[in-house]
Amino acid sequence: MYAQMIKSEGTKREDMSPQELAFQARIDRGEKIEPKEWMPEGYRKTLIRQIGQHAHSEIVGQLPEGNWITRAPTLERKAILLAKVQDEAGHGLYLYSAAETLGVSRDELFEKLHSGAMKYSSIFNYPTLTWADMGAVGWLVDGAAIMNQVPLQRTSYGPYSRAMIRICKEESFHQRQGYSIMMTMAKGTPAQKDMAQDALNRFWYPALMMFGPSDKDSVHSEQSMAWKIKMNTNDELRQKFVNETVPQAEYLGLSVPDETLAWNEEKQGYDFAEPDWSEFFEVIKGNGPCNRERLEARVTAWDEGAWFREGLSAHAEKAAAARMAAE
Amino acid sequence: MTGIAELEAPLADPHLSDEALRPAFFEWLCRMGDSTLILGHRTSEWCGHGPALEEDIALANTALDLIGHTQFWLGLAAEVEGKGRSADQLAYLRDAWHFRNLLLVELPKGDMGQTLVREFLFDAWHHLQLDWLAANSSSPRVREIAAKALKEVSYHLERVCDLVIRLGDGTEESHRRLQDALDRLWPYTGEMFTGDAVDATVAGAGIAPDPASLRPAWDALVDEVLEAATLTRPQTRPDAQKGGRQGRHTEHLGFILAEMQFLQRAYPGATW
Ligand SMILES: [Fe+2]
Ligand SMILES: [Fe+2]
Repeated sequence: MYAQMIKSEGTKREDMSPQELAFQARIDRGEKIEPKEWMPEGYRKTLIRQIGQHAHSEIVGQLPEGNWITRAPTLERKAILLAKVQDEAGHGLYLYSAAETLGVSRDELFEKLHSGAMKYSSIFNYPTLTWADMGAVGWLVDGAAIMNQVPLQRTSYGPYSRAMIRICKEESFHQRQGYSIMMTMAKGTPAQKDMAQDALNRFWYPALMMFGPSDKDSVHSEQSMAWKIKMNTNDELRQKFVNETVPQAEYLGLSVPDETLAWNEEKQGYDFAEPDWSEFFEVIKGNGPCNRERLEARVTAWDEGAWFREGLSAHAEKAAAARMAAE
Repeated sequence: MTGIAELEAPLADPHLSDEALRPAFFEWLCRMGDSTLILGHRTSEWCGHGPALEEDIALANTALDLIGHTQFWLGLAAEVEGKGRSADQLAYLRDAWHFRNLLLVELPKGDMGQTLVREFLFDAWHHLQLDWLAANSSSPRVREIAAKALKEVSYHLERVCDLVIRLGDGTEESHRRLQDALDRLWPYTGEMFTGDAVDATVAGAGIAPDPASLRPAWDALVDEVLEAATLTRPQTRPDAQKGGRQGRHTEHLGFILAEMQFLQRAYPGATW
């Protein structure tokens, strides 16, 4: 999940104006809200935060995988990884465009990312240390993203929902390529299998954290769920992810780094250990292993690209002036 | 997903069984494939670090296309060589002096100005080369690869000419950066048109054009774009730096290979 701990601002049902009640009724009926239609300010702001954080995650998410493109072990793996990272940039583009329909520009959102006022998913603050991490990221990180994004295709805000539909089409390819890397390594030499196990050990808990804190600590969920900006609780999605992922790990012959992991017949799901939430909050605060590098990389790209963007705008102005003069 | 290399069943090609031609044909195919591989590598270094989201996407896409072309050229090179090597083995297990890419493509990516001007100078040649190959090559296999690559390279060339014109005629700074890049890269452009015995052999077999024959069309295109971009064609010798196509490289290539080949070298014989 690329949106964590989104602050939601709503009005309690008993305090709603008739306009707000009518709006909520539309959402309850499953209608889509479109950009030009009236919406409560809180709905708009919450959506901007969530779509913005999601967009930033796609963009920052290029970095840990981009880290291995030049070292990909075969031409085919290189091409596939390039295609995947290119997709992620495209996802960023769709999402910034969806956010723009709510009245916030891409540049404004970048500004907030660069100043630290807006966050991106905690997962991208972890380093990718071996080639097996390209497998683990695709399998677990894109896998967790899919858990969240598939239901969001039905979200109440039209442009967000449509962006999710386009994105989900590509995400399953991302997860499959990751799993294919894991499979090749798990079936490979002993060193490759060790590398795959090590990647799973390092990414398992950070992947569980992607769904955000437990429901009992998640203060903003209720309003976002009423608005259908959030479709499932954090714990529901995390459980679903564990249920689907554990058999995949078994199929690979790798072990999930959780000694308490056990099938619970009654709930028809696995019991599993919670991640270390103090680590999660530290990463969110900026103290993860790669927070500084990730943000610096984005800020540097932006600052060093200023002359490029200014050059293009200056040319566009000259061209427009020349057209005016010709008329 | 775009550009992952795949072709239909191989076409019959008499050149593949021509023993006398084989060494030169192999050499020439490596020149094609190594240039696209190394430029693809340099271009991919931008992933996630571009000056705008649209550039991140376009650069990743260009790199992806170039890696796709590499799979075709080195795949055919491996077949022509006939020693049981694969495209991956050629890419990952040769040392620098066996690489046959143009020096131009191995230079560091520099700023966006250098990256774009390099791509422009290369694409202007690459497009002419592929255009000739797709239409005229006596090798059906070469024609097939060139025709596929030509579609993508036409798009690269169109995009990069447009950017060079806009940035050359943009701000004072963007103009200066592009002119600096042009001055720096110019001495490496002549290598694209300097033939040797390998070129003479493949040209004699009708597989590829004489490199020098592409020069007038390249000059015309470059002059046209530079003029629109308000940039000045350098007066320095265009062929001062060359030798990559014969395996004499700059210091940069060794570092590219150290990075690119790391896994294949560290875990010999593993499947990925
Ligand atoms: Fe994505
Ligand atoms: Fe993805």
